[in-house]
Amino acid sequence: MIERLDIESLAIQRGERVLFEGLNAQVAAGEAVALTGANGAGKTSLLRAAAGLIRPLAGRVRFFGADGEIEAEAARRGGCHLVGHQDGLKTHRVAGEELVFQTRWSGGDEAAALAAAERLGLGRLLGLEVRMLSAGQRRSLALARLIAAKRPLWLLDEPLAPLDGRGRARIGEAMGEHLRSGGLILAAAHDPLPIAARVVEIGG
Amino acid sequence: MSALTVLWRRELALAWGRGGGPLLALGFFAAASAMAPLAMGPSPAHLAAMAGGVTWVSLVLANLLSLDRLFERDYEDGALDLLILGPLPLEGVAAVKCLAQWLTTGAPLALAAPLAAIALGAPLAAAPMIVGAATLGGIAFAFVGGAGAALALASRRGGVLIAVIVLPLLVPPVIFGGAAVAAFQAGLPWRAPFALLAAYALAAAALTPLAMAGACRNAVS
Repeated sequence: MIERLDIESLAIQRGERVLFEGLNAQVAAGEAVALTGANGAGKTSLLRAAAGLIRPLAGRVRFFGADGEIEAEAARRGGCHLVGHQDGLKTHRVAGEELVFQTRWSGGDEAAALAAAERLGLGRLLGLEVRMLSAGQRRSLALARLIAAKRPLWLLDEPLAPLDGRGRARIGEAMGEHLRSGGLILAAAHDPLPIAARVVEIGG
Repeated sequence: MSALTVLWRRELALAWGRGGGPLLALGFFAAASAMAPLAMGPSPAHLAAMAGGVTWVSLVLANLLSLDRLFERDYEDGALDLLILGPLPLEGVAAVKCLAQWLTTGAPLALAAPLAAIALGAPLAAAPMIVGAATLGGIAFAFVGGAGAALALASRRGGVLIAVIVLPLLVPPVIFGGAAVAAFQAGLPWRAPFALLAAYALAAAALTPLAMAGACRNAVS
């Protein structure tokens, strides 16, 4: 179980451009960190580097549990959720099938997936094909796996952008619960998150 | 239920629906085989001599037909990130994808292959050999083709690129498979080319997942 995430003098390069250098940040259990910064400052890249999808130019991301450091690969595989701009949903598949697959693949079960959908107000949409859903409904569907499959570290890229007020409140509630149970949230967000979060500015 | 079963079911469902699924591949195979008599003339003796080879070439092309979407859709909609962060190593995910592709495309084509060969004039007795060679060949086509599909990720017009990358790599199974069928038909020893075909298929299944995983990691980074 991840209890702390350390970002140590991280530098990320995309193409020829170095987005940022020497970035240090920490996320502890029960804490939410909001990444802010201009468009193109490297928020998404930082989240993807934390998930191990991008190799940083310099520096590293380390994970610590109750018994010391956890090997990064193992920590990510079972311990982190990444929800990005793309929802990872197949447009021609039925929403319920997609949610159940994403949940089981991330370590949850079907009952939890259905309960999470109910909680986010998606219950009656599960029989529809994903392409019938609105952008906000799709995002809610993608976020439902965070609730359904328990993983300590949530890496979220503009998670609330397409959501309406009620959707934001529901996700905010789930985030609060996650933090109270010892979870960690690292989220890129232009709008303030619906929970108390420490702000880390990138490229400022 | 284990993650492997969950992934297998999803990949099977996706492969079944991908690019028309098996029906499209079968239709292409039938059309390509039917071109041979039109191009080479209807003389039965002539056609019977070519039947095995024509079937085998059509089989390779039909197998490659739906490969271009193997990783591309997961890459485009972001599901590849999810698959990378899942409980199985990416190499295993790639192998599961290729096996699902083989079961939904390669296996139906292997069953259809003797029909086309016999219609072109191959003897009925050659049917089991053609099914066997096409089954093993299908495994090689799915795995080597999957490596091509992963390498072509993030490029536009990936489909044609995959064919250009993959076809040279498919020369050995085409030679071994064609030789096994021809030797069997002629009553000559066929075990050596058949064993080489099996060896190629197994080597492809063992080695290409490493290349696919590397190419996918590279594409998302």
